[in-house]
Amino acid sequence: MTVEIVKPGLATTIQDAGRPGYYNVGIPLSGALDQYSFRCANLLVGNDENAAVIECTLLAPELLFNVSAIVAVTGADATPRVNGSPMPRNESFAVKAGDKLSFDFMRLGARGYVAIAGGIDVPVILGSRSTYGLGAFGGFQGRKLAVGDKLPIGKASNTAKAGRKLTADLAMPLPKETELRVLPGLYFHRITDASADNFFADTWAVAPEADRIGYRYKQGRPLQWRERKQPFGAGSDPSNIVDAGYPYGSIQVPGGVEPIILHRDAVSGGGYAMIGTIISADMDKIAQMQPNYKARFVRVDMDQALAARGDYKARMDRVRKALA
Amino acid sequence: MAHHEVLSPLPGTFYRRPSPDAEVFAKEGAIVKVGDVIGLVEVMKQFSEVQADAAGKIVRFLVENEDAVEPGQPLATIETA
Repeated sequence: MTVEIVKPGLATTIQDAGRPGYYNVGIPLSGALDQYSFRCANLLVGNDENAAVIECTLLAPELLFNVSAIVAVTGADATPRVNGSPMPRNESFAVKAGDKLSFDFMRLGARGYVAIAGGIDVPVILGSRSTYGLGAFGGFQGRKLAVGDKLPIGKASNTAKAGRKLTADLAMPLPKETELRVLPGLYFHRITDASADNFFADTWAVAPEADRIGYRYKQGRPLQWRERKQPFGAGSDPSNIVDAGYPYGSIQVPGGVEPIILHRDAVSGGGYAMIGTIISADMDKIAQMQPNYKARFVRVDMDQALAARGDYKARMDRVRKALA
Repeated sequence: MAHHEVLSPLPGTFYRRPSPDAEVFAKEGAIVKVGDVIGLVEVMKQFSEVQADAAGKIVRFLVENEDAVEPGQPLATIETA
């Protein structure tokens, strides 16, 4: 009952809904970076929506099935192939023992999710099967997958079947240019009014080093900070603060040059001023941005952020209903 | 003469040399075998080799050293026998 890694891809890991509750001791949430596509993948194969799946990043792996299974692929647009024959995305299909599942390159999007009926049955660590690479625990032996790894597969539910389909309107959008909504704070007041205007006016491109820890953006104008005498404990650079906790989605701008959005493998605190936070409803969009994809930051207030969160939840409920 | 394009398997920054002061992996006009490394793509602080997936002569590179590339973007043309 295993699936074997023939080619590992670039950064392929086991992820689930994540590991909340330990950020105060420096252990981040982790979990699938695009939670929407992750949940869709599980629902397509009749899994509990929080079951562990394979997250593929930028370059997908090649898998050998040692067991027959129902599989679904969501997220990035990379055509799945069983023994070379193209298979649909966003739709469950059957593979037989001995079949090879490979993928074309990712035409659009940055992360694909492969759900297998029964889930990937790696050990639960602190309530989650998610890999936390920096901490070297969770997932499969605490690391990204490598050639020859054999992933244990759990027992499929009796609702697992081929041909369950997500309609196009419910699939994750994969635009090359997107808007990311930002709630300004906690240190927004530290940048000048002109810099604040520039930040929201400029188009920012994803830097090639963007990963699960942080998404770095470039090509916008550098930020200017308001004059102040740096307080005791803060570094000398004006982008420094006295160390503080970093929320998920918070935007730090080291040296005022390249904004970094912290994602689900974030460090929990540090000494860079956070000028705002990406709203929770837009975090999945970041997960699907390839290097050089473009973003504009759009300023919202708390009411708008909560309304967007409501819309996100309503859309997720539509998926649950459609795939029940 | 058939021409084959080597495509980038992933997005990132394309390099023709293993390090800034080293020789290029393959010159235009060079004869390559399947599996020969012709460049690197750097993304997420990792370097992935780009290998020739056809044997023949490299007619030309279609991107410059350090250009940003997309998945599926043609990187070089190989003239197959």
